[in-house]
Amino acid sequence: MAHEAPASRLVFHMSATERGGSAGRSDLMFLRTALLVLKKDFAIEVKTLEILVTTLFFAVSCVLVFSFAFVKEGQAPPDAAAGILWIAIAFSGTLALGRTFERERYAETLRALLLAPAPRPALYVGKLLGILVLLALDALILVPLIALLFTAPLFARPLLLLLLLAGGTVGFAAVGTLFAAMLIRSRTRDVLLPILLYPITVPVIICGVRGTAALLESPPDETTAVMWLGILFALDVVFLTLALWTFEPLMTE
Amino acid sequence: MKPRHLAIAIWSIILMAAPLFAFQPPPPGQSEFVPIRELPPSEQLPAAPLLVIAYAFFLALMIFYVWTVWRRLNRVEREIHTLEQRTTRSSR
Amino acid sequence: MKKSFVPLAVVTALLFVIAPILIARAPYESEMLLIQKIFYFHVPSWVAMYCGLLVCAVGSIWYLFKGNRVADRYAESAAELVLLFGLNGLVSGPLWARKAWGVWWQWDAKLTSALLLWLIFVAYLLVRKYGGPGSEKLAAAVGIFGAAVSPFVYVSVNIWRTIHPKTSVVPDIVKNPAKGFAAPLLVSMLAFVLLFVLLLMVRVYLAAHQDALDELYLAHED
Repeated sequence: MAHEAPASRLVFHMSATERGGSAGRSDLMFLRTALLVLKKDFAIEVKTLEILVTTLFFAVSCVLVFSFAFVKEGQAPPDAAAGILWIAIAFSGTLALGRTFERERYAETLRALLLAPAPRPALYVGKLLGILVLLALDALILVPLIALLFTAPLFARPLLLLLLLAGGTVGFAAVGTLFAAMLIRSRTRDVLLPILLYPITVPVIICGVRGTAALLESPPDETTAVMWLGILFALDVVFLTLALWTFEPLMTE
Repeated sequence: MKPRHLAIAIWSIILMAAPLFAFQPPPPGQSEFVPIRELPPSEQLPAAPLLVIAYAFFLALMIFYVWTVWRRLNRVEREIHTLEQRTTRSSR
Repeated sequence: MKKSFVPLAVVTALLFVIAPILIARAPYESEMLLIQKIFYFHVPSWVAMYCGLLVCAVGSIWYLFKGNRVADRYAESAAELVLLFGLNGLVSGPLWARKAWGVWWQWDAKLTSALLLWLIFVAYLLVRKYGGPGSEKLAAAVGIFGAAVSPFVYVSVNIWRTIHPKTSVVPDIVKNPAKGFAAPLLVSMLAFVLLFVLLLMVRVYLAAHQDALDELYLAHED
């Protein structure tokens, strides 16, 4: 199977790193493991671009559905663009998470990864980075599309918008990667992932939406946006810390 | 025509007609938010029923919960008893 | 059942008899008059809910990292109580709001976040029930994350502009006991916290029996 070859190569790489390692090099080992996991996922994805293309198209169709739902007499309500952007990211993110880990489950590569002599949290970080790249590519298409369809001045403060998007996707993906990984063995994983993910990540979405909405005002309300960015950053730190802390005991049976 | 085909045809017509009933005129809605102080006395809500409902709900909820725990406890104790009897019987 | 159960039950019952008397005798709040008296059960409900949240979080952490099954029982029981007292808060709130603000629901920060917190613990129980094998650990993670999100719930009311009373209302009341609002509130809060402890003891008792039953089934299969 196409999936298994990169995974076994990965395990080989990691044991090679372990053989040459010492206590002082544990940070380097962590980073190398995370990047190796990312490289493996990238190698598999690049062959077919299956997850990228399908989640991208799903996000676009989300936006279109929302256009029909909210645009009245050719005009969208003022803050609609901010809300729709984040909803599209959240929905396509959930889909991407489900699909990525479904792949792991199908080829049983997660067990192989867990057996590898690598720090478990590094596996989590590697997976997280993969999801973040996917969401970043989604956002790259979604932001111009929404700016166009809803005539929203999303590019008024590009740096702040970028920071908001980065903070939001990190928060969302941090929780999502953890829950998707731990739900792999569950029979009802498809429906449980959204049930668990959405209530817990709504604060992230709220910060993102309100921050983006502040930027959409004329003139853009930078102070408010920065305030939301601050809260978002705090949330991200909390979520990432908790996820790194609980990943190991959760993956152990 | 077989009776089965007739039944399918009739059901299809009924199902296709159903959406027509969805086209109802929208109900007249509240046009704007009226702050409560400005309402004429005739439209003000009496507070007492709401207060009573709130406290009554609390009482009902607590009683309901205790009842569910009681029910589950009885069921579990009954099953433990049955299992223990089965174990003592089989060990004889 | 622990020995302290009966005395605790008696004290709680007494408090729940005293509280309504004090509530009825408390002075009317100037703007909201009679309907404000829901406050004396509404706020303590949330206090009890947060107690449950704390117990669930601590139990979840202890279970996840130390494998302590007793901690897991407490976490599960506390989660049910979070739903119970949260539901009471979510119902008493709109009943109060209907009279005071004219609407049943408002999508402002405190209401929304409280509802979210409640939904997180619904998810906790759904995972336990439908998650399949190993779902206790999954649920423990949900409990921990739920607890982590809750400070943002509490802080949110002070950041958003909202018609919900700011969180300083309660400390103001306690600092001015002469106004007569403090006594019924404090008695109610104590009553609710003790009720929470009582219900927790009962529910943990049930959980312990369920675990014992599971073990009997396993032993029986051998």
